[in-house]
Amino acid sequence: MIGIVDYRAGNLTSVARALESLNEPCMITNDSRLLDDASHIIFPGVGAAGAAMANLRESGLDGHLKKWVQNGKPVLGICLGTQVIFDRSEEDDTPCLGIVPGVVKRFPADLREGEQRLKIPHMGWNRVAFRKNHPVFAGIPEDAEFYFVHSYYPAPADETWAAGWTDYGIRFCSAVARGNLVAVQFHPEKSGRPGLILLANFCRWGGSDAQ
Amino acid sequence: MLSKRIIPCLDVRDGRLTKGIKFKENVDIGDPVQAARAYYEQGADEIVFYDITASAEARAIMLDVVKRVAETIFIPFSVGGGIRTVDDMRQVILAGAEKVSVNSEAVKNPGVIRDGARAFGSQCIVLGMDVKKVLASREIPSGYEMVIHGGRTFTGLDALRWAKEAERLGAGEICLNSIDADGTRDGYELDLTALISSHVGIPVIASGGAGKPEHLLDVLTRGKADAALIASMVHYRTHTIPEIKNFLHDHGVKTRLQW
Repeated sequence: MIGIVDYRAGNLTSVARALESLNEPCMITNDSRLLDDASHIIFPGVGAAGAAMANLRESGLDGHLKKWVQNGKPVLGICLGTQVIFDRSEEDDTPCLGIVPGVVKRFPADLREGEQRLKIPHMGWNRVAFRKNHPVFAGIPEDAEFYFVHSYYPAPADETWAAGWTDYGIRFCSAVARGNLVAVQFHPEKSGRPGLILLANFCRWGGSDAQ
Repeated sequence: MLSKRIIPCLDVRDGRLTKGIKFKENVDIGDPVQAARAYYEQGADEIVFYDITASAEARAIMLDVVKRVAETIFIPFSVGGGIRTVDDMRQVILAGAEKVSVNSEAVKNPGVIRDGARAFGSQCIVLGMDVKKVLASREIPSGYEMVIHGGRTFTGLDALRWAKEAERLGAGEICLNSIDADGTRDGYELDLTALISSHVGIPVIASGGAGKPEHLLDVLTRGKADAALIASMVHYRTHTIPEIKNFLHDHGVKTRLQW
């Protein structure tokens, strides 16, 4: 059973629907005891970092998330879920969970690609250059694109955490991975077939980043 | 680098698909869930649903359509038509849509943009704009005026001023429809699209007038649009999404070719 962590950060049903289409049983819950029993944890979310962290602290799920990552349970962060596992976010200058060393930064206002001024949020389909040989990214075509919508991006302090890179005026880290943790800035549940491949890989993953 | 998005627009009435030609003579072409699945499989980057009726009974039918679409396709989709309140937005979002679009309702009550953005985030709120070209005046300096009720009612609101105001209120995206070009299949209104897109910091989806792939090339380059809405040119199988994407790719526009 896949546990989807509900911490009142947006509508989580789209993740559940994508898993259902893969015939993966899942539950959306804020009950840490149920999540303790889940084989895998998905930590999604959209919205603002400040409100998300407040909800995590209030519900006590912040401590449980750290525990699941430390105990070796496979954990997948998505979008805001990925951002709040860092030390800190520039959004509302929010102290976050500190699971991944580094800061979540705002895209610079004068982001450009050649002559063209780029819009913020980074909204739409873009490529991800994944780290080779990670089981969760296996079988994803090289030129596949994923759906993004965000104004802040993860900047790991230690680049060995980075597992995927995307270009949008700057080159930013769009996926991190270490041990039993994978976290992505894009929305695999809204990225068509390549996203479903990633989710299916995660659901079958034992939590080791060695191939 | 972001791909330019190609977005089929599906007009829905009483749970069935229609395609408005010049907004009036609608032709019923089938089940919206099946159509959404077909476009998803053909590589649509997003899908827009527009609920034409939006009466109380039709709203319940539409929410059921949204639920079934959300179980069937795994790309973003938005729903517009008759969304007046944050509670209307919540119902559509909980049924599974990523985005809601507000149009006439926001002209009458701009606060709904701010309230929606606060409740769900700007990324959920699309401002739909129906625009007509008029003589530039002190009241309408851009020469483009906001119209509502499918183009029947002039509002006295300047389109450029309204786009900037909506961005300030928290709209995350603009779907910009030229009433003059809509249904003509003669091409998008490039001047209007470029004007709005270059004056706001949020993405602009161009709408109205698409008849052939060249029109999309024009609006995504000279028109500076971030995405292009298409309807009859694919609904009637005159063109297909892969054909349009390949054409754009061959002319140097980045599109998503792998899905």
